[in-house]
Amino acid sequence: MAEHSGGFLKSLEDFSTNVSPIDFVLIAQHYDLFLQGVVNTIALVVLSLVIGGVLSVPLAVARAYRTPVANQIIWAYVYVFRGTPLLVQTYLIYYGLGQFEIIRDSALWPFLREAWWCALIAFVLNTAAYTTEIFRGAIEAIPWGEIEAAKACGMSPWTRVRRVILPSAFRRALPMYSNEVIFMLHGSVVASTVTIVDILGAGRTLNAKYYLAYEGFIAAAVIYMILVFLISRGFKTWEKRWHAHLRPREI
Amino acid sequence: MRLRKLATAIAAGVLAFGLGTAAQAGEKLRIGVEGAYPPFSWKEADGTLKGFDIDVALALCEKMGRECELVEQDWDGIIPALLAKKYDAIVASMSITEERKKRVDFTKKYYHEPAKFVARADAKFEGTPDGLKGKVVGVQRGTIHQCYMEKIFPGAELKLYGTQEEVFLDLVSGRLDAQISSSIQAQEGFLQEPEGKGFAFLGGDQFDLECHGEGAGIAVRKGDNELRLAFNKAIKAIRTDGTYTKINAKYFEFDIYGEEPPPGS
Repeated sequence: MAEHSGGFLKSLEDFSTNVSPIDFVLIAQHYDLFLQGVVNTIALVVLSLVIGGVLSVPLAVARAYRTPVANQIIWAYVYVFRGTPLLVQTYLIYYGLGQFEIIRDSALWPFLREAWWCALIAFVLNTAAYTTEIFRGAIEAIPWGEIEAAKACGMSPWTRVRRVILPSAFRRALPMYSNEVIFMLHGSVVASTVTIVDILGAGRTLNAKYYLAYEGFIAAAVIYMILVFLISRGFKTWEKRWHAHLRPREI
Repeated sequence: MRLRKLATAIAAGVLAFGLGTAAQAGEKLRIGVEGAYPPFSWKEADGTLKGFDIDVALALCEKMGRECELVEQDWDGIIPALLAKKYDAIVASMSITEERKKRVDFTKKYYHEPAKFVARADAKFEGTPDGLKGKVVGVQRGTIHQCYMEKIFPGAELKLYGTQEEVFLDLVSGRLDAQISSSIQAQEGFLQEPEGKGFAFLGGDQFDLECHGEGAGIAVRKGDNELRLAFNKAIKAIRTDGTYTKINAKYFEFDIYGEEPPPGS
């Protein structure tokens, strides 16, 4: 029996290496490499989205309320980070900052020394800039009536933001924000250019090791597609709950 | 003057047509090069490609009587792009190894040189499997050096980079404790330069036949024997007529070809 299954595995391997256009056995043999890639990608994307999301809320409020000085500074920050590619931002933080002795001697260096932290910093700054704009737009799109009603109830400005404006803005921003999450996942491939073994990094490592043209990329593409499927599914469920009041009602 | 140029062009054209096979004659030969590996190949500020590999490639083209076009390609995609017919041959300091021979065919070597570690001159460790245990070592992805590190130095923490220039950047910034690459490339492209100050070779030549192979050759697609043999003939020709020596002298003070291969090999 054992011999028999051994023979089957052998012929499967033979088929995979010599006949099949994709060497799937070779990919399967390196599942641990891709697993490491998935963990790195998810950790980077989730952390940057959480931190960037938290940062973006006060920035968006300050922008929407045209808070003097802060408004201009935040506008400039958003402009710079939306106006330049994520790859350039990551390179500047990873290779650029490392060139200065002041930075290398500073207390920040233990973090900036690690590619992982450099990528996280770049991703956080990038996604915070985009999310600020998404939230700002959502806040400004709130119907005047909602705010007037809140005023009429005697809510203070702060209570209005907390109870009416932000919840309403988050709901409105949800479909846009799901795009940002998917873009961030795709943008995270930049990590593979600064030595991090993310999903694409795993694919590149596999390609480089065996001088393959596409096996590693196909494996990476399939994994990204599965992740995007899960993300869009998750957001759909979320929207169903948050937008329940918008669903067409049966009469 | 102009007439003579025209006459030369026609003569060259007729010659090329006469020598080449019908299928090849009119077609440009496209050669994949790297462009980020001084002194073997680098890009000038104005975008032109320079270096030992580039000069050798152009000299070989001239000897073969073919018009050539250099195609720049990042190292980690350099074999896949050959297989995808983005170009027909690779002249990019590629070592002839068994693992690569599974994917491409090689000409005879056109130079050979040892690999060496580079670290801070005052490094407190040795370039041995014990000395590099737990140390962070950088290599360019998909090189013979990656193979060598994974095989002989499993205890070291390996970081993979797209280009050799990035490896040196991170060596300077202190993210890497050491790096391993071709010794000439490290000497000319880094140690001699201002940014290489305070760094030195760590230990002597590193060699493993399985990983390092017999020297750098020109890669062609499997079964492209016509082109491979034409390159072999051209390599021999530039070795005997002094072109190689001239190119060699432009970049190095010693003979980079290494030992003559045994006759009949």
